[in-house]
Amino acid sequence: MRVTVDEDKCCGAGQCVLIAPEVFDQREDDGIVMLLEHEPGEDRHVAVREAAAVCPGAAIEVSDKA
Amino acid sequence: MSLDEQVLSYPIPSDAALEPPAEWAELRSKCPVAHVKLPSGDQATLLTRYEDVKRVLADPRFTRQLNAPDAARLSAEGNGVFNSEMAQIIPDGGDEHQHWRRLVGKWFTAKRMAALRPSMEEIAEQLIDDMVKCGAPGDLKAGLGFPLPVYVICDMLGVPAADRERFSYWSDALLNLTRYSRAEMEAAQGEFFQYMADHVAARRAEAGDDVLSELIAAGGPEEGGLTDIQILVTGMALLVAGHETTANMIGKMVSMLLADRSRWERLLADPSLIRTAVEETLRLDANSGFGLPRYLRDEIEVGGTVLPRGTTVVCSMAAANRDESVFEGAEEMDLRRSPNAHLAFGVGAHSCLGQALARTELQVVLEVLLRKLPSLELAVPAEELERVEGLAVGGLRTVPVRW
Ligand code: HEM
Ligand code: SF4
Repeated sequence: MRVTVDEDKCCGAGQCVLIAPEVFDQREDDGIVMLLEHEPGEDRHVAVREAAAVCPGAAIEVSDKA
Repeated sequence: MSLDEQVLSYPIPSDAALEPPAEWAELRSKCPVAHVKLPSGDQATLLTRYEDVKRVLADPRFTRQLNAPDAARLSAEGNGVFNSEMAQIIPDGGDEHQHWRRLVGKWFTAKRMAALRPSMEEIAEQLIDDMVKCGAPGDLKAGLGFPLPVYVICDMLGVPAADRERFSYWSDALLNLTRYSRAEMEAAQGEFFQYMADHVAARRAEAGDDVLSELIAAGGPEEGGLTDIQILVTGMALLVAGHETTANMIGKMVSMLLADRSRWERLLADPSLIRTAVEETLRLDANSGFGLPRYLRDEIEVGGTVLPRGTTVVCSMAAANRDESVFEGAEEMDLRRSPNAHLAFGVGAHSCLGQALARTELQVVLEVLLRKLPSLELAVPAEELERVEGLAVGGLRTVPVRW
């Protein structure tokens, strides 16, 4: 799984961090998303997909390519 | 007469406090773009399908400001929060809004809210102890739902929680649809403005450990910060937004979970469900309030109907959140539902800035209640709960409980 985030779309709602804190964080100086892991391990996939589905800015993209 | 021809009065009343009006399902399936009459008598267009509501809310061209001459008025007394001069001080769109949002939003990140958890837990425990001391039955709204978010937001803003009765009155007046007169709304707004102006001046003289002091420290617009008046109005907005909505939601959440006590028992048996259960009550909140108005500066096609520019649209997130085409078993409460992309906090660039705070507060309340009062139950049948009327934010008058 490969994850990408679009900082321009992010509205800093923090949903991704609440759901998958190992993969996402928010920058201290503006609350915008930071990707901690571009290729998260299997055990994180469910959470990452959930974060992408509920992100209010539609800023998280997940692709299944290895 | 069918729903297409008839002009519905909006908000649509519901017979039971926790249940949606029957019209929602009918509107979604037969009349997703409906004409409605607002409390002011003006007409607007009501959207109830998930895709439509989401599209309009996420479209950056559309504004929540209803100050155009042909925009609908919500209530006969004016538009309250949606149309005061004050509402125009915080930028409503584009780069300026994003700049404001990032300056303020950094104080509301998920991590910062997680750091507040222990102090929220302490407040919740204290409030529950006090409620228990007064003996059953108690009112969970007055005892816990209202004070908790007020303590938390007052602390973040550095204003004394002792003034909370005044904040409550001022924010009710600003969220008015039909309860207060125009003169009362204006007086409340003036007093609130003066209060916050004094507070900001005091913080400018002597900084504290709070969000407003940090916004002041960021400097004026030349230094990349906000103007004085923007800081002041941001303080007012956070105080109003940060207490009424969450306070009401605590009461509604607990009522929904206790209305069928097997839900409470499932949570007792497995507290790891708390996070998804909170989201599910946000989704199913049938009494979330007015919904979100948008004024269309350009025409847009929604659900096969072209809405001309100049239309005032009302997005019913609560109706959209029960859309069967998006949520399987949409009318059922599924405490494990995931993902749960409900629209209770809106969506897009304006989606709730305080949602990590609200979520954390709701999770903490539920977790502490389950731990301290496992025997909690409603002290009246759920059908007898009563809605607050006349405000833009929905809530219950009281939430009588015993334990
Ligand atoms: C359960 C509780 C809450 C609910 C249901 C809720 C709901 C919403 C909704 C639907 C919007 C979108 C408005 C729009 O698109 O026009 C919004 C915006 C906002 N909310 Fe909340 N809210 C809650 C709690 C809070 C809290 C605790 C704060 C605290 C500080 C807050 C601050 C804000 C602010 C500042 C905005 C405006 C954001 C912008 O325009 O960029 N809210 N809220
Ligand atoms: S959930 Fe989406 S909008 Fe919110 S912080 Fe994460 S990426 Fe940004």
